[in-house]
Amino acid sequence: MLEFLTSLPTLLHSAIVFGTVIMLGALGEILTEKSGNLNLGVPGIMYIGAIAGLIAAYFYEVQGGGTNQIICLVVALVAAFAASMAAGLIYSFLTITLRTNQNVTGLTLTIFGSGVGNFFGCSLTKLAGGQPGQIKVPITNTVFTAYSEKLVKWLDDLTPHIGLGNLLFSYGFLTYVAIAIAIAMWFFFKRTRSGLCLRSVGENTATADAAGINVTKYKYLATCIGAGISGLGGLYYVMSYIGGTWESLGTIEALGWLAVALVIFTTWKPIRAIWGAYLFGVLYWSYYYIPGLDRSSMELFKMLPYLATLAILMIVSFRRKPEDQPPASLGLPYFREER
Amino acid sequence: MDNLNAIELRNITKRFGPVVANDNISLQLHKGEILSLLGENGSGKTTLMNMLGGIYFPDEGQVFVDGEEVTIRSPKDSFAHGIGMIHQHFKLVDVFTAAENIVLGLEGDKGKLDKASIRKAVREIADRYGFDIDPDQKVYNMSVSQKQTVEIVKVLYRGANVLILDEPTAVLTPQETDKLFKVMRNMKKDGKAIIIITHKLHEVLDVSDRVVVLRKGQYIGDVETARASQQSLTDMMVGHSVSLNIKCPKAEECKDRLRVKNLTVLDKEGVKKLDNVAFDAFGGEILGIAGIAGSGQKELLESIAGLQKLQPGAEITYISPEGEEKSLVGEDPLDIIHDGVLLSFVPEDRFGMGLAGSLCINDNVMLRTFRRGKGNPFLDKKYPAGVAEKIVNDLEVVTPNNNRIPIRRLSGGNVQKVLVGREISCNPTLLMTAYAVRGLDINTSYTIYNLLTEQKMKGVAVIYVGEDLDVLLELCDRILVLCGGQVSGIVDAHSVTKEEVGLLMTQFRKEGAENA
Amino acid sequence: MHEHHEPLIRISKRDGISKPRAWGIRLIAVVLSLIVSAIIIYSLVKMNPLEVYASMWKGAFDEKSLFTQIFTFSFTPKTWYFIRDVMILACISIGLAPAFKMKFWNIGAEGQVLVGCIASAFFMINFAGKMATPLLFVCMIGTSILAGAIWGIIPGFFKARWNANETLFTLMMNYIAIRLTAFCVSKWENPPGSNSVGSIRYQGKERIGWIGDMFKNDNPVKFGNDYMWLVLIVLAVAVFMYIYLRKTKHGYEIAVVGDSENTARYSGIRVPNLYVRTMALSGAVCGLTGFMIVSAVDHTISTSSADGRGFTAIIVAWLAKMNPFVMFLISVLLVFLDKGASQIATDFQISEYASEIISGVVLFFILGSEFFINYKVKLGRNKKEG
Repeated sequence: MLEFLTSLPTLLHSAIVFGTVIMLGALGEILTEKSGNLNLGVPGIMYIGAIAGLIAAYFYEVQGGGTNQIICLVVALVAAFAASMAAGLIYSFLTITLRTNQNVTGLTLTIFGSGVGNFFGCSLTKLAGGQPGQIKVPITNTVFTAYSEKLVKWLDDLTPHIGLGNLLFSYGFLTYVAIAIAIAMWFFFKRTRSGLCLRSVGENTATADAAGINVTKYKYLATCIGAGISGLGGLYYVMSYIGGTWESLGTIEALGWLAVALVIFTTWKPIRAIWGAYLFGVLYWSYYYIPGLDRSSMELFKMLPYLATLAILMIVSFRRKPEDQPPASLGLPYFREER
Repeated sequence: MDNLNAIELRNITKRFGPVVANDNISLQLHKGEILSLLGENGSGKTTLMNMLGGIYFPDEGQVFVDGEEVTIRSPKDSFAHGIGMIHQHFKLVDVFTAAENIVLGLEGDKGKLDKASIRKAVREIADRYGFDIDPDQKVYNMSVSQKQTVEIVKVLYRGANVLILDEPTAVLTPQETDKLFKVMRNMKKDGKAIIIITHKLHEVLDVSDRVVVLRKGQYIGDVETARASQQSLTDMMVGHSVSLNIKCPKAEECKDRLRVKNLTVLDKEGVKKLDNVAFDAFGGEILGIAGIAGSGQKELLESIAGLQKLQPGAEITYISPEGEEKSLVGEDPLDIIHDGVLLSFVPEDRFGMGLAGSLCINDNVMLRTFRRGKGNPFLDKKYPAGVAEKIVNDLEVVTPNNNRIPIRRLSGGNVQKVLVGREISCNPTLLMTAYAVRGLDINTSYTIYNLLTEQKMKGVAVIYVGEDLDVLLELCDRILVLCGGQVSGIVDAHSVTKEEVGLLMTQFRKEGAENA
Repeated sequence: MHEHHEPLIRISKRDGISKPRAWGIRLIAVVLSLIVSAIIIYSLVKMNPLEVYASMWKGAFDEKSLFTQIFTFSFTPKTWYFIRDVMILACISIGLAPAFKMKFWNIGAEGQVLVGCIASAFFMINFAGKMATPLLFVCMIGTSILAGAIWGIIPGFFKARWNANETLFTLMMNYIAIRLTAFCVSKWENPPGSNSVGSIRYQGKERIGWIGDMFKNDNPVKFGNDYMWLVLIVLAVAVFMYIYLRKTKHGYEIAVVGDSENTARYSGIRVPNLYVRTMALSGAVCGLTGFMIVSAVDHTISTSSADGRGFTAIIVAWLAKMNPFVMFLISVLLVFLDKGASQIATDFQISEYASEIISGVVLFFILGSEFFINYKVKLGRNKKEG
């Protein structure tokens, strides 16, 4: 038990790093689903965001020899966001304009995205020398993982046993951006007119339409921007989580589905995504820190985030509290009948 | 200023296919008046108003707002001209608060959702007109009347000068109705012009300044409320009796078939849709059910068919031709089938209940008989094909070349023939039909009347929910009149007059209930 | 003040379209998608797309002419692999058909297949040699079906009882099944420490539980024998499902519920029971596929035994409009793309993940083409009115 307690700060640390990936993925999907689009393409979008950011950084600093940290940052961010938005645009065009089935289109996007990610990931690996993990984007990696050592040390010294500095401030900037996005999204939903309109589109499309809201525009924008945010989750994964390289082990896909699970877990509330993501991180990594587990029990522990999600899904169905339900028009196509 | 019209409609005509819903109608709404638009179901009231609300666009005619000709193509245009329509089906987002629904879709101060100022504005409107509204209440927690209040405040918040209320009292209790009328009078004092669509005569007399009556898409006339009475309005609304020459022979003997007592049904919101209904139905008789739309007809038939949740204490007893009694309370449709109760039911909403639109005629005919052959897991497709062919031939169902296309693609009349034909083909002992001739042409309607009479002569108990009083009077033996979920009278169809039934439909008379 | 423009493009629902035309539109979509894929391939690797497609053909059916293979009924190993993968993908899709026909979004095939795999592997590992071979097969098949059915019943029950969102529920069940598989793999790993189960054999040499050996343990096994069984079972399942959906009372009930729940209630169909029953069937077929993957294809188990085919099958079933036989056609197309792209990868030294890109593009096109089958698109004039 004591052993577990002393390792708690480390567990929380890895939980926060892990949580940030799925938090970004989930936040994007929350925005998308608030417009009534159930995009099961999140894993694919995260792949696309990840590879686009990596390629951009690689070509700037390795092929192009660039050394400017700011440009590294901007190039990677813009590429990841734009490519993910493009993926969101494919989904939007098919489901909104061509009215294809959302589930099927989303799953296809996941296949496509994982293909794009791994194809270019492997090509880039070959370009970099051929061995897996041989891609290196050291400058970008530094930018994405940089933090203020002074601040961390100062706080650590203040809290010697817990190491609060390390626990709170030793992450790359995207960790804090994710939290900021969550809060901004909450503000957007609750405190702005456009947020209200967007929610009405996802809840009751016909009513929104009758109120003069441009349903198509809102759906397109929410889905594309949502995809962009999800894509940042992929970017965080390659740049921070695995240190600026590529691997084709299917981890991004697993994380992408966990992000979809997190959306359900949060009952579509962005603020809950913050602690929900960290909780998922704790649940996921707990096997590593609980002493005396054999490998097979570890596998069972990895089930916890999904079990927690199922539990929430069941509780929400029993309680029938309207605020916790999925957006009422989620997954349904909408078109105004001709008059 | 005084003689300026808030709204003027000139020679408006609207057709749906061959049906003329509004035929050359002209109407004025004065500023600061409450105008009642009165008429039976299907008289074209809602269609006419929907053209002001931007739902439909007139085929012919002109619309003037404040004396200026305007074009209204969408609800947005309608708003822009200061017209606010409150539909029967509320357009509200359930998980939003009243205030959120009220401002939905409006461009506010720089996109900010300033709840305090919205709350203040809503309160101001509420105080000015006497609404009872909590801006922070969620819609899903609201009663029907509260939802309606939100809809009205929403329209006022957007600066409407003309309000159109489509049967606003249909869903309200008498107390709530009184409250609404008080608010309407306050709005009138404030200079708003209001059109209220209604069937209820006492309400018309109570609240309005002037009444316009429509009948079968035609403009019948307008009259100052002060100079109208229930009788005079009923006469205008139902017109003179027309003889339809529907045969109504007397069956040889009438046997008890169905006994209903203490039947009460609540809807999802907990509002009573049926209130302590009691009646008997006899084999060898057509029992007509009259009432304005939404008086509980649907719930009554569905309760008997096992599709409604009944309040405790209800009794529904079926008596078979052999005299065996069975209680249908607590049974679902499958239980009823297993009990051997031969019950047929033509529901109101054909595709919502009764038919599967994407299946073909044969497969729809099979819906009642697919369980034939106990223990055999396979469908017997031959039998329903034969039945379907007989229905198609006997009832002259027009189908494009074969019976294999989805039934949704047939015309409304043909769909209805299939449905009625199927229900009769089951050889029922109790046959219930809801608006069986709605949307059908005259010839087909007569075919259906004859079929029902034929069933009656065979000893079947027929329950016929209808909307055309002339038909009800000639086709049925007795008529049960529903008003607000209560039985306001059960009368002999051969001796009652149309006006008497019309009065029962619009006002509740306690003594009518014993008048079986 | 307000100007009213007729929209440039007017869209209206079609009343129905003749079958040849619908298939024509789909065919055009496939051809278009192949052209787009060719452009993508060309821009990536600067190679003649025709050469590339020829290489894909080789990847799927080997160098030997497919006609010769069919007429002499001697398939090359590559062709057998092709057939095998088509069968597995089609079988999962067939499992999804009844659920989808009921408009129940069963996204959980991946998990239902995996629990089937677990059940089969359990018997193969623990009871081979301790049980008569036919009995072993009965146990393997029976428990696989049961496991899949249970995995399907759980979300079906929650939907029936509490209206829990089935899409999200079944999705979560997948990951629980994947972790469960990982748990079993680490329990059964062979050799210890390898983190994999390895080819399951009994006492090192006998291959008990391999379906191809079911009745001929002594004879040397002809290549493809395993897969012949697979073909027979899947065809039987397809015929069964076709009959079940079209000719039985159960199938009829499913069609009615899928069209209108109220109409179903009206006619005495108990909708909640039907959810549970149909999901049991859907899960059972997926579980049976799990048995085939373990017994006839992989002879081992891992978290990638289903390999995402549970998800691909959703697309197949949807595109086939729940018709079991059309599912074979679409499976053929997808497996061809997959095999072909792997071949390009080897031939032209590019990543084999190209197959997923091409599959994605083709599927996007086919999905999009449905729009032109269901809707009429008219280009309108921009005229002013009023």
